[in-house]
Amino acid sequence: MAITLDPSENESASKDSKKKHGRRQGMPELIFGDLWEYDPAPETADPRIRQRYDLFIGGRFIAPQSGEYFTSINPATEQPVTEIALANSADVDSAYMAAQLAYETVWRDMTGRERGKYIYRIARLLQDRAREFAVAESIDGGKPIRESRDFDVPMAAAHFFYHAGWADKLAYVAPGRTVEPIGVVGQVIPWNFPLLMLAWKIAPAMAAGNCVVLKPAETTSATAMKFAELLQEAELPDGVVNIVTGAGETGAALTGHPAARKIAFTGSTEVGKLIMRQLAERGTRMTMELGGKAANVVFEDSPIDQAVEGVVNGIFFNQGHVCCAGSRLLIQESIADSFVHKLQQRMASLRVGDPLDKNTDIGAINSREQLDKICDLVESGVAEGAKLYQPACPLPSRGFFFRPTLFTEVTQSHRIAREEIFGPVLSILTFRTMDEAIEKANNTMYGLSAGVWTDKGSRILRMAAELKAGVVWANTFNKFDPSSPFGGYKESGFGREGGRQGLLDYLELS
Amino acid sequence: MTARIPVVKTPKVYVGGAFIRSESGRTFPVYDSGGQFVANVPQCTRKDLRNAVEAAAKAGPGWSARTPYNRGQIIYRLAEMLEARADEMTSVLRQFSPEWTTAAEREVAESVDRLVHYAGWADKYEQVLGSANPVAAPFFNFTITEPVGVIGIIASDASPLLGLITQIAATIVSGNTIVALASESTPYPAITLGEMLATSDLPGGVVNIITGCRKELIPTFATHTHIRGIDAVATGDDATSLRRGAADSVKRVKVRQPDIDWSSDRAEGVYEIRHFVEFKTVWHPIGA
Repeated sequence: MAITLDPSENESASKDSKKKHGRRQGMPELIFGDLWEYDPAPETADPRIRQRYDLFIGGRFIAPQSGEYFTSINPATEQPVTEIALANSADVDSAYMAAQLAYETVWRDMTGRERGKYIYRIARLLQDRAREFAVAESIDGGKPIRESRDFDVPMAAAHFFYHAGWADKLAYVAPGRTVEPIGVVGQVIPWNFPLLMLAWKIAPAMAAGNCVVLKPAETTSATAMKFAELLQEAELPDGVVNIVTGAGETGAALTGHPAARKIAFTGSTEVGKLIMRQLAERGTRMTMELGGKAANVVFEDSPIDQAVEGVVNGIFFNQGHVCCAGSRLLIQESIADSFVHKLQQRMASLRVGDPLDKNTDIGAINSREQLDKICDLVESGVAEGAKLYQPACPLPSRGFFFRPTLFTEVTQSHRIAREEIFGPVLSILTFRTMDEAIEKANNTMYGLSAGVWTDKGSRILRMAAELKAGVVWANTFNKFDPSSPFGGYKESGFGREGGRQGLLDYLELS
Repeated sequence: MTARIPVVKTPKVYVGGAFIRSESGRTFPVYDSGGQFVANVPQCTRKDLRNAVEAAAKAGPGWSARTPYNRGQIIYRLAEMLEARADEMTSVLRQFSPEWTTAAEREVAESVDRLVHYAGWADKYEQVLGSANPVAAPFFNFTITEPVGVIGIIASDASPLLGLITQIAATIVSGNTIVALASESTPYPAITLGEMLATSDLPGGVVNIITGCRKELIPTFATHTHIRGIDAVATGDDATSLRRGAADSVKRVKVRQPDIDWSSDRAEGVYEIRHFVEFKTVWHPIGA
């Protein structure tokens, strides 16, 4: 740590805040950031990504009937990573046929005990190859290696390990009733946590005795295909899990397939609604895990330093590509100025850059399309009158990167306070009373998650009850666990993932 | 000496704790099983539906804030009211269909029993559906249920009392409030039920019952943003229309087949309640 007298040369937008915090002038302040050079600490393990991936259907890699492949790039370098097969509706159809066959001939009638052993195997194999998977995840998706190594991959393995143990205990999922598997389920997952979302989807489905056709997002298919290799190593019966790759058209073929007894979708609210309309006639069972615009509410009596860390983690984790990101910060007015100042200081020390560098806090934005969307919303914030702050951190000369950003003087009607940005952009509003905080926090069509920071126990419990969100983090943020149900209220979707509650969404009451 | 002329009741719908006609002034006639005119029933409009949703939304916070014990007692009180007026309800049912001549008593008795069943769940479902979660980090982590909000009910024609009561009880026990569209072919039992609700301790607005034409009202049920869930007895185009409209505001839709056996044990229980609760998971660090 370095101590300096005046931080202004390190901050691009500190003129006003310096005025507000005039009392700080002349006082020593801890400044991190660019006062010294970091030596790069790159992760160098071989990700073992093949040059080209076929579809994984019926336990084998097979070429797409379309004959087409598309290139998946590294968003940090814009260089090609691998070629991914483009599945058409005929490919999707054969994936469902393989799944149906596996369901009827093997998986449905296998005892839970034996089914569980396969899922345990998958968890172990993933742990064995964790480092390789983490590197592949960071190369293909742009997330910092620190996160893919310490969060995505271990958490994915934990999901398989947790659900493996449920396979022979399904009688306890719905006390008083007997349960049966649903059949073949179709699953579509997003690009923000490619391997982890795959685990969230596949592990409970398998434990419940269902077979799966899954489509990863088109920009992040590599780890899903590596996972398919791992299924072969686990000697999972052919067809229990099938992975088809492609973009929106492939997804529509998957969600609309008549053999799907359930569709599980994680992604944007916009696409979720399209799927709901697509399935309106057939009435297929669904779970929807959609967008969010979480409020992170900081009261004046909160543990300030921990709250600052929590807010930073809440919005900058995974470049803000998190459906439950704490993208609206509500600060009690009495501490707003000092809290924002501390936040800006902390942001100045975030390192944006090479996802494979172990020092990196914020990696690459997943795609050019997403970067454009973030830029558009940030421009709207400025145009609508909110005040922008970005630390002066250096960005790599190529690749898709965006500075950590915060907006003050945001009103509830601003687009940046209403729309999901899915990027490292924090919108700050203030409140005076608890009632005002509750009203503002709930003033959104979303209801996925929320945060509250205060030292007062009864206030935590009252806020936890009043915040209309499926997950409430009190004095913490962005915590996940396979045993802990996750999912949204309102237009953030329905159904839960994780825990006994999530597992029941993959079962039929008989 | 002239014979006494009976006083005939004007059927009204039960919304916000009051008995009202349709804002449009429209009615439709109902006839008994012999084809004899019985009464004119309000043919509620989309505007009436929206007003009923407003009443339900207003009643929601108060109803969900009551203790589970209190909600249980109120639903039990409703069972008492129905049992006490079983004869009236039985004769209402018998009036409209020959099949009810023998079945009406059973329909009413099972409706009472169903209310008693759900009254008992009020302070128990939470311990069956919720959980404390053993997360792999030092956090206290638990999952509780909360009501979804305003739920729209499209009632059964085949079972105009037991079906409706089953849908109502399973939904309000967890703190939801409802707007129910009574059976279009046999609306009268629902109107009588409204009169019994008014004499129970159920706060006004928790259950709102309207009568009218399914085709007219289903699209509004589907797309009304403040209706957060739908429990409908529907098939074909009605079911599709409900699901398609529901997509606009991501609401959950439970569609039941018209031939559902409402008497079955499977038509009741904690997993019926589960359909219209939200799960909320709360995390807090454990430490100094």
